[in-house]
Amino acid sequence: MAAGPYSEKVMDHFMNPRNVGEIESADGVGEVGNPACGDMMRLYLKIDDGKVVDAKFRTFGCGAAIASSSMLTEMVKGKTLEEARAISNQHVADALDGLPAVKIHCSVMAEQAVKSALDDYAKKHAG
Amino acid sequence: MTKAFFDHISTTPLDPRVFEAMRPYFLDRYGNPSSHIHDQGQGALRAVDQARAEVAALIGAKAGEIVFTSGATESNNLAVLGAAEGAGAGKRHVVVSEVEHFSVMNALIPLRNAGYEVTVLPVDRNGVVDPDAVRKALRADTALLSVMHANSEIGTIEPVGPIGRIAKEAGVTFHVDATASAGHIPVDVREIPADLVTLSAHNFYGPKGAGALYLREGTKVAPRTFGGFQEMGYRAGTENVPAVVGMGAAAILAGREIGAWTEHLSRLGKTLWDGLAAIPMLHYTGHPSERLPGHVSFWVEHVEGESLLLFLNMKGVMAASGSACSSNLRGHDEEDLVASPVLRAIGVPSDICTGSITFSLGKGNTADEVRLALDALPGIVERLRAMSPTYLDYQKQQIKGG
Repeated sequence: MAAGPYSEKVMDHFMNPRNVGEIESADGVGEVGNPACGDMMRLYLKIDDGKVVDAKFRTFGCGAAIASSSMLTEMVKGKTLEEARAISNQHVADALDGLPAVKIHCSVMAEQAVKSALDDYAKKHAG
Repeated sequence: MTKAFFDHISTTPLDPRVFEAMRPYFLDRYGNPSSHIHDQGQGALRAVDQARAEVAALIGAKAGEIVFTSGATESNNLAVLGAAEGAGAGKRHVVVSEVEHFSVMNALIPLRNAGYEVTVLPVDRNGVVDPDAVRKALRADTALLSVMHANSEIGTIEPVGPIGRIAKEAGVTFHVDATASAGHIPVDVREIPADLVTLSAHNFYGPKGAGALYLREGTKVAPRTFGGFQEMGYRAGTENVPAVVGMGAAAILAGREIGAWTEHLSRLGKTLWDGLAAIPMLHYTGHPSERLPGHVSFWVEHVEGESLLLFLNMKGVMAASGSACSSNLRGHDEEDLVASPVLRAIGVPSDICTGSITFSLGKGNTADEVRLALDALPGIVERLRAMSPTYLDYQKQQIKGG
């Protein structure tokens, strides 16, 4: 259901977020944002054979931040590393049927989280 | 589903008795008070004058000291800008507290641009302005002092009596924004030595679009709107007659029933306050005792305010956040997302400002509605914490620390 300023999709992902949690032996972990700015996201990726096989998140933040995190984990699963890196904030916002102008930074946070997690993976597997 | 409205600080529902008083002025009694040679105009003029007397009676003023406006924002603008200009050329200094409403704070922008000096008084951790700080801030060239009666975000009641006496001694015009307090606690200009008082009808069960500025006899205020001679020349433009009539009717009710309302609000507010103590790591904001009845504000560690409010709304519980971050979703860009200046002023860490919640109860709320909120909150807090990386880290630290 649509409630308040958010689309039905945002509310669905906020009320029933997908993939909340931790991956114990994650191959890449990305952390972006800062509680001081109102939101913080931690993304865990499981990577196998050049593909993201699992994704989980924990987020402190508003409805849009939680929904963006949830949507991102759905989008990133099954993608190659290259495809995952190509996910933009616009993709996340579009998948949620849009975000209020003041909440675009939440989708930016999701984009940065996946890049940060992929960087972490690359660093761990550099040698 | 039971729905419980706990956001009376943003607005109160119109009392049906007020609506009945207003009704004829939308249809049958459509006259303009300024064109009163005929019956329609006479009727409108009488209605506005009667409302003026009714609003005056609520605060112990004379009818001639009440100027009707469109609401608190206009009253605050008129008070700040009008008194600054009215004070004369030699007085170019204005003093305000740092927890004033935006309609006071942002009215200072044109004053600063015009070369006025502004002193902003700090508040303590409970949001209270120190009268001694006021004494030190006032100068020979101070045109205006503005301190609110009660703060909408954190509920704190300011010591406007002692502050007003200091202003009076110093010969400085004193403005009190009583938007949040009028109709909830007594506001009496015979006890509060204020020269200007802002009132808003929709904050005490009256209509939106009606407010008033009390001007103590002899206070010099320059008008901000220019046109005809309505409202003693302070506010040009045809009066919003139905809304003004509604404000008068609401003032009568508030004057008559405030004792019962306060008792009801205090009782329910205490139930809510006490019940919240069961939530771990919850911190109340504002003064613990010198606060509006039925006003309960707090923040919860590792829980973001908007998320909490969205979940509460799904459970039928409507509360508000003190933070512009969560409430100002219709801003134009992210620049509009700022941590609440009030919470910053009372020293709440900025990572917490987004977690601030305000429950403001009204005369129509019931004990069952408070129970609904208290039943809903712990589960929501738990759910959001379970999702928060900061809470996860906190738990891990607790385990490590033994």
